[in-house]
Amino acid sequence: MSEKSAEQVLADSEYKYGFVTDVEADTIPMGLNEDIIRMLSEKKGEPEWMLEWRLKAYRRWLKMKEPRWANLDFPPIDFQALRYYSAPKKRAEAEIDPELQKTFERLGIPLHERNRLEGVAVDAVFDSVSVATTHKEMLKEKGVIFCSFSEAIREHPDLVKKYMGTVVPYTDNFYAALNAAVFSDGSFCYIPKGVRCPIELSTYFRINAMETGQFERTLIVAEDDSYVSYLEGCTAPLRDRNQLHAAVVELIAMDNAQIKYATVQNWYAGDKEGKGGIYNFVTKRGHCRGRHSKISWTQVEAGSAITWKYPGCVLEGDHSVGEFYSVALTNNKMQADTGTKMIHIGNHTRSTIVSKGISAGESNNTYRSLLQILPDAKHCRNHTQCDSMLIGPLCKANTFPNIEAENGSAVLEHEATTSRISEEQLFYLKCRGIKEEDAVSLVVNGFCKEVLKQLPLEFAVEAIKLLEMKLDKSVG
Amino acid sequence: MSAKTADFEIRNLCASVEGKPILQGVSLKINKGENHALMGPNGSGKSTLANVIMGHPAYEVTGGDILFHGQNIVELEPEERARLGLFLAFQYPVAIPGVTVAKFLKTAVDAVRGVQNVKPAEFMKELRENSEYLEVDKAFLNRFMNDGFSGGEKKRMEILQMLMLKPGIAIMDETDSGLDIDALKIVSKGVNRLVGPAFGLLVITHYERILNYIKPDHLHILMQGRVVLSGGPELVKELEQKGYDWVREKFGEEVLVV
Ligand SMILES: Nc1ncnc2c1ncn2[C@@H]1O[C@H](COP(=O)(O)OP(=O)(O)OP(=O)(O)O)[C@@H](O)[C@H]1O
Ligand SMILES: [Mg+2]
Repeated sequence: MSEKSAEQVLADSEYKYGFVTDVEADTIPMGLNEDIIRMLSEKKGEPEWMLEWRLKAYRRWLKMKEPRWANLDFPPIDFQALRYYSAPKKRAEAEIDPELQKTFERLGIPLHERNRLEGVAVDAVFDSVSVATTHKEMLKEKGVIFCSFSEAIREHPDLVKKYMGTVVPYTDNFYAALNAAVFSDGSFCYIPKGVRCPIELSTYFRINAMETGQFERTLIVAEDDSYVSYLEGCTAPLRDRNQLHAAVVELIAMDNAQIKYATVQNWYAGDKEGKGGIYNFVTKRGHCRGRHSKISWTQVEAGSAITWKYPGCVLEGDHSVGEFYSVALTNNKMQADTGTKMIHIGNHTRSTIVSKGISAGESNNTYRSLLQILPDAKHCRNHTQCDSMLIGPLCKANTFPNIEAENGSAVLEHEATTSRISEEQLFYLKCRGIKEEDAVSLVVNGFCKEVLKQLPLEFAVEAIKLLEMKLDKSVG
Repeated sequence: MSAKTADFEIRNLCASVEGKPILQGVSLKINKGENHALMGPNGSGKSTLANVIMGHPAYEVTGGDILFHGQNIVELEPEERARLGLFLAFQYPVAIPGVTVAKFLKTAVDAVRGVQNVKPAEFMKELRENSEYLEVDKAFLNRFMNDGFSGGEKKRMEILQMLMLKPGIAIMDETDSGLDIDALKIVSKGVNRLVGPAFGLLVITHYERILNYIKPDHLHILMQGRVVLSGGPELVKELEQKGYDWVREKFGEEVLVV
């Protein structure tokens, strides 16, 4: 095996979530074909309609081409050399494997009812399956459904059938089609009419198995006058081979509903030479179907060897609001091509885009966005603030903001800056006793302030720590 | 000249920027408990001297020593110098967007005094007290450091930092420039709060005004990268009246010798 020991790799990197959990796994053979999909669906005990949908997606995927328009450079991915399902064995319904419990505890996510996180319900996804969901009963009383996607297929088939694939159809793009064919688990949330979800909902994704892709799917539906705040975190062990992660997230907000979706992405980014790391190809889209509905994306992208991700909003309901707040940090040889799509269909729809790209090392950080105002969409507004910061002489930052405004009544504001952390700024801070690393993280945190303040407090603290850890030793 | 080394001493300091020599053998001694003033025409090297004392990376020290408590600090990083108790109030303070004044100062105070020494509550109390002393509105503490501050506000903020960091030796680079009459009085009052046996000060200025509030014991005149004349406070009046020409005439030869 070409794998370095996790500890050894850990020793030369700063990534503290790089450990591997030793659990017996239930896997299916490597490779991808219709039989594999049937096997996967059967393992999950899925109904016929689900399998049919997967197969349709798969057949479509076969005809699609891997997108290469992004500003990313990576070798072709061999989709036959991947395993599409790996689940920890020994899982009795009521009990969580102690090894897994330990794993999540190490990641700061206690699953046991005894010491679970206050104020946050967690769905813990380990490789291909959800291993536990906390606070379920309490949510049930409010009528909120929060469960793994597999459970939703079993227990709430009508809701899944009604909404799945309506925001991101499997025809959407190559990775969305792949996901639809082989997705293994994920989270499902349903907030009934008039309910304000009393606690934060969150999913924690953990890739453990080797050579296994993670393909999760999340669907959140907020009915009229409801509210939910959802958090997503992710880590993976250190491996010197690349691993694929291709997720789909669909959000649907009806009249006056509000969904806040936050991600702190810390997949393993590979080592300093760019060996290993997660390829993160993600399709996230929110659909503001109702009037005055609102969807906010907040992302802190600090991991992955490659990030390809454009969480967007389709603003269909009149007066609906879409927001995108993003910090994308790249270091060493990381590459990120990320941004957003805001599609204004309804009248008086508004969108806000705040993007902060930070590049260090020899990394390449691209911001890409599409702002579209359809011909019939009257009185739309957009404000875009797109800032890049460069640390060191070898990194790159690019911005590709595309605007297609087809209605003259739109008011669009675009501001963009590129700055280098200046010698004068660092000198000033150092003259106040602050050492270089701390000075850099202070400047970077200041730079990201607008985005970080969108996160719930504990998450913001985590995100700041994460940024600091990622920038450590990147200067000087 | 006494044999005792001064608390802070610059010996024959030479420094250049991009290969161009700016400081050409500066010598200066400052003891704690003393106020020194440094004057000199534009471009004579005053800010350069201040920057070199703090260890600005753009300047190369090509000769001489900087001794603080007898230790040569020429090789130290700026943050190490700050932790030893050196402070520079900048002529042009830099903005740090997104970082509040309170956060900035807490980070600086922790760094200079040693982390964990200052409890947040104590720190806030001290900060509020010093802000009141300098008549800095509380609202400023939650604004981003120097971001959109007026020239005078920035200068006042420098002195607030100085009060919080309590340096042993401080350099004020034209803190008085851009301050209105009332602000100058307030800032001077703040500085005088530190003046005492544990504090040595070098005030860089072009005007007599600030020296009426912060009384110097010594005055030095820098020209073309050298201290050409040192004397007592009476020199201030002479300069104010006659300008620098008479100094040039008197010391011109020496100054022009390279
Ligand atoms: N970073 C730099 N790069 C290039 N030249 C510099 C730099 N810093 C200083 N100089 C030059 O060194 C000389 C001294 O500048 P300095 O700022 O020290 O003067 P000063 O005495 O502080 O002047 P003022 O009274 O106008 O503030 C000037 O000629 C200036 O242009
Ligand atoms: Mg100057």
